Amino acid sequence: MTRYSSLPDAELVRACRAGDAEAWNELVERYSRYVYAIAVRGFRLSDDDAEDVFQDVFTRIYLRLDTLRDDSALRPWIAQLTRRRCLDALSSKGREAPADDEALIAEESADLADVEEAYAVREALSGLSENCQDILDRFFAQDQSYRTIAEELEIPSGTIASRIARCLGRLKQELEGRNEGAEGSRG
Amino acid sequence: MTRFSTEERLGVLLRLLRPAPVGWVRAAQELPAARRTFDEIVVRAEADLAFRAALLADLEQALTAEGYEPDRRVLDEIRVRLTDN
Repeated sequence: MTRYSSLPDAELVRACRAGDAEAWNELVERYSRYVYAIAVRGFRLSDDDAEDVFQDVFTRIYLRLDTLRDDSALRPWIAQLTRRRCLDALSSKGREAPADDEALIAEESADLADVEEAYAVREALSGLSENCQDILDRFFAQDQSYRTIAEELEIPSGTIASRIARCLGRLKQELEGRNEGAEGSRG
Repeated sequence: MTRFSTEERLGVLLRLLRPAPVGWVRAAQELPAARRTFDEIVVRAEADLAFRAALLADLEQALTAEGYEPDRRVLDEIRVRLTDN
């Protein structure tokens, strides 16, 4: 956690524009999983292509941050940049959305929708305690075993499953709270 | 119920956003420094014909000799810039 971790996107963007290196580190940290997931899960790029897309997207973000009109719209802008670069990578490999590829395109589009949903879950995760964030991330996103988690966090391995279940329950409540809040503010 | 109705589904979604490889993240975080190096080399190459000739002859060796350690991406960009001008 840094002092920028809880900063809203708009303020983070302003700090990056001012040349704040720590803010840039946080921006990359905040969106690295998202860009990676769009490339690898959404468009199923190979590691080599995904790496090119990943670096190119962050280079474009860095060079074009001044052109972002609404600082709070950072995520959709990054999503758009990443999708475009993924499509470029695919078309340069000769995979240019042919008609007989419709099933694959539908699958990719479902995967992209899942990535968006996953991002919402990730945002909700930040509303939980650091312990819950840590254990859920280790187990689900980093594929760590109960044993590794127990060793690294110095907690009894017999309690890991119940901690994960409890934290998932809290995450679900957090998401439901956010959804109700969003629905309430809509009407 | 909401879209996030089951813990199982939450697990699936949490698995989707895996950490990007550490080296990729570090390289992206080092972009500002890499850009500064790129700009410095380009400005120097435009002002110093001997340096430019050395870069055109052997880019990596010329940069190493001058104490630069640019990554592959910066090298590629410099190559493009030198051949464009």
